[in-house]
Amino acid sequence: MYDITGYYEANTIDEAAALLAEHPGARIICGGSDVLIKTREGKMAGCELVSIRKIPELYGVVLTEDKDIRIGAATTFSHITGDPVIQKYIPVLGEAVDQVGGPQVRNIGTIGGNLCNGAVSADSAPTACSLEVLLEIASPRGMRTASIQDFYLGPGRVDLKQDEILTHIVVPRSHYEGYSGYYIKYSMRNAMDIATLSCSVLCRVEPMTRVLEDVKITFGVAAPVPLRCRAAEEKLKGRVVGEDLYQLAEDAVREEINPRDSWRASKKFRLQIGGEIARRALEKAVKRQEG
Amino acid sequence: MTIGTSIPRVDAYEKVTGRAQFTDDMILDKCLVAKVYHASIANGRVVSIDTSKAEALEGVVKVVTFRDVPDTKFPTPGHPWSVEPAHQDVADRSLLTDRVRYYGDDIAAVIAEDEVAASRALKLIEVEYEEYPPVTDPLTAMKGTTPPVHEEKPDNILAQSNYELGKVDEALEASDVIVRGTYDTPIIQHCHIENPVSYAYMDKGRIVVVTSTQIPHIVKRVIGQALGIPWGKVRVIKPYIGGGFGNKQDVLYEPLNAFLTTQVGGRTVKLELTREETFCNTRTRHSIHYDLVMGVRKDGRILAKDMTAVSNQGAYASHGHAIVANGATAWRHMYEVENVRASAYTVYTNCPVGGAMRAYGIPQFAFAGECFMDDAAYKLQMDPLEFRKMNVYKGFFADPFLTPIAANTNHVVDCMEKGANYIHWKEKRAAYARQTGPIRRGVGMAIFSYKTGVWPISLEISGARLVLNQDGSVQLMVGATEIGQGADTVFTQMAAETLGLDPADVHIQTNQDTDVTPFDTGAYASRQSYVTGNAVKQCALQLKEKILAYARTLLNDTDRELTLDRKMIYMDGEEAISLEEVAMESYYSLTNSSAITAEVSLQTKDNALSFGACFVEVEVDMKLGKVKVLDIIQVHDSGTLLNPQLATMQVHGGISMGLGYGLSEQMLIDPKTGRVLNGTLLDYKLQTALDAPDLAVEFVEEPDPTGPYGNKALGEPPAIPTAPAIRNAVLHATGVAVNANPLTPQKLIDAFDQAGLL
Repeated sequence: MYDITGYYEANTIDEAAALLAEHPGARIICGGSDVLIKTREGKMAGCELVSIRKIPELYGVVLTEDKDIRIGAATTFSHITGDPVIQKYIPVLGEAVDQVGGPQVRNIGTIGGNLCNGAVSADSAPTACSLEVLLEIASPRGMRTASIQDFYLGPGRVDLKQDEILTHIVVPRSHYEGYSGYYIKYSMRNAMDIATLSCSVLCRVEPMTRVLEDVKITFGVAAPVPLRCRAAEEKLKGRVVGEDLYQLAEDAVREEINPRDSWRASKKFRLQIGGEIARRALEKAVKRQEG
Repeated sequence: MTIGTSIPRVDAYEKVTGRAQFTDDMILDKCLVAKVYHASIANGRVVSIDTSKAEALEGVVKVVTFRDVPDTKFPTPGHPWSVEPAHQDVADRSLLTDRVRYYGDDIAAVIAEDEVAASRALKLIEVEYEEYPPVTDPLTAMKGTTPPVHEEKPDNILAQSNYELGKVDEALEASDVIVRGTYDTPIIQHCHIENPVSYAYMDKGRIVVVTSTQIPHIVKRVIGQALGIPWGKVRVIKPYIGGGFGNKQDVLYEPLNAFLTTQVGGRTVKLELTREETFCNTRTRHSIHYDLVMGVRKDGRILAKDMTAVSNQGAYASHGHAIVANGATAWRHMYEVENVRASAYTVYTNCPVGGAMRAYGIPQFAFAGECFMDDAAYKLQMDPLEFRKMNVYKGFFADPFLTPIAANTNHVVDCMEKGANYIHWKEKRAAYARQTGPIRRGVGMAIFSYKTGVWPISLEISGARLVLNQDGSVQLMVGATEIGQGADTVFTQMAAETLGLDPADVHIQTNQDTDVTPFDTGAYASRQSYVTGNAVKQCALQLKEKILAYARTLLNDTDRELTLDRKMIYMDGEEAISLEEVAMESYYSLTNSSAITAEVSLQTKDNALSFGACFVEVEVDMKLGKVKVLDIIQVHDSGTLLNPQLATMQVHGGISMGLGYGLSEQMLIDPKTGRVLNGTLLDYKLQTALDAPDLAVEFVEEPDPTGPYGNKALGEPPAIPTAPAIRNAVLHATGVAVNANPLTPQKLIDAFDQAGLL
């Protein structure tokens, strides 16, 4: 039995924004795989919920005329993994969200919820950050577009006002074309787990010279928010791929990330794993580029 | 012949289709909901409690606190009661308490119209404490604390026991090599699917409790003791249950629930624990610390062994010293060593309470003992398999103190050989001997022995009743419990076997109701197919005798031999009269009607040792601190297999638990606050299907002469050897000996770092 004091169903984005404005304490529910857990734990006990589950335009993946990819915020993880557009253009995102929990959660959990929940362990977040996705956000005041770079404010906190709704995640063509990526989730077991540390690498290699032209490395659970390793990226760019590059990636990442020391894992442990998964993710991403 | 065949589980269709009724399915009328207020400190005393705001909340019916409950202390473990005061379980529990002994101790309870009102009311209870520093480490606690966890034990030592066979010190002195090792095992939780749940109501002045338990007859007794009421005033009903693994071999919240219904005029009160409460407030597997010493001759023969074991009991006695003592007993089994000594301590701390869990102290002991065997083999530069083979008992041996515990049949060597062949031991020990690089492979092994039941340490009593129906089929009632292990199915096979019936003609009553079902102490100690099996067999023999005696009156023949098979009575081998005709006459004869039933209640005074071995192959990714189990086999010597498919599944489940014990499962307790840090199924890393390799199972079958159908223990043994086998395989792969399970990535990275392997 869940302690929920009100439940309002919105049929359009405008209705949802209006309901949120009308009920100042209300929270958005879509898949519910985070909200219901928090309600049961008592953290959100007594809450009011505005459902966006029945808003059709929030679902699905679309390749626009400009070849940008628009993902509805209510699109489930399993949909994204199976979507032909995702599989063709940004398989790394489909693979990343395929590592969330288990099949049941992936059938109900959504990419919008995953990002808005603000959890630093979210499996979509590192890849979304490496892809530098844009976020379309609706409110009674109209639409705005934000960059994911500015979206995360702190642990569990994102730049959304009470009456704002994330509607779409947009991956502009230039952000993915020519790149390949690889995501490694390091967790304590192979399913039904959250990341102890995670790393998503996106790269572009010049095929003749084998020079790493561009690279984007984002870590989950290495800082209070998803962490782009920009200093490491700068050190790596322009170098020829090979063992030296991978060793440099491992070392540079260890210098840059600042993971927590907690009972779940020590800082020293996370530094060891962080360097290792960055190296392996880069190696795999490069291999995909060249394969 | 049905013994030895894999008939389908008798409850398979009910469970798969969802028709099987579990406790929560059975609550018919609107019931009240109770929730317990748990302490938010680990050690201290309640100095004030204010429940007025909670009581004023809409939907709240009643709030009770430690002030309202009977001033009686009671024991909780699922042991048969002892009529000798010296052997009675420690009575140190109150229904609710103001003396907080662990983080989460029970202070008050709310009864409300629904769960939301009860949960909200808990938040309105205001408690002030006088706090004492918590002690979570037993080695510290046994030096004494002020105040002690329980006043009755000033040094916090709940119990201590020891023995010595031969002359250990002299034999150590005479040894060529001395090996020492220190090993630690974690606190873990059973994680049965169904959380503990019960509902209680009053009927004609008696208390009825329906509960998810392994031990209904013991629950009845303990409720009587806890409430200070005659035991006949209590009726306990056990429906289908969603697993127990020993946690429900303890009386958990049933006495409190029984008390709560008396506080609301006998209305039905449901008390269901959350998963978080199940972790923190029920029972756990004890963490045990071992210091081991071995003296060995140059050729590998063990001359002497010495053990000191310290068990972390947590805040209340529960099963107490019996757990670590069981390992001390096992220390003198299996390996033929003349000079053996053990000293075992059980220590109160401010941790969650340790109780029974599948294999009762032996998984802890086996982790220490079997890692120690590998460490000794390394020191002697011997192959661990050869070292074990040289030292194990071959054939019969008997416990020197606890008669009649004995290895009547002993195939541990055959188990080892089968396992070694399967894993290609020799080839792989050689192939993986000198590896370099960050990813390495290894093979490891462990063996065990295990008792069947608890005689003569404790009582073994069981009961069965059979009723012949008009059509020649029978009803079977036992006091033993089906808890998912398949007990109902093998009891059905046993009755069918002895009566010559098709199993489909044996209707077992799955629910135990202490008003109705024969007395039996329940599911634990791998006892039921052996001890209750005895009762079922005797009862079936008795029924058969009665059937044949009645048939003789119908056949007017006093001399010729009568036999019963497939619902037909034969006279000197010739068909004489059908069982159905005999049954009909027994019910409806105008001159001689007397329905045929049989009932036995009997004691079992035997105890057979089972054996087995586990072999694993692992791949260790050192830079990520990960162990992948590539292949695993367990081989068991459990006497005759009653139902090979059920036996195999029992082993699968045990291997799975062992993988968790070896690699990932541990309850972490904050030493500063005594709080459980990871008491959820997210942070407590139970293994998933994707973490397990294919599981191989083999058996060596020889009927045990003391088992009712040649069988001996198999329920718990599969949970024993996996963890040490994995640890020994990691040692083989990397040369790094990790002396505490589970081998988590954190622990492995630290160990590999220290060994300079990263």
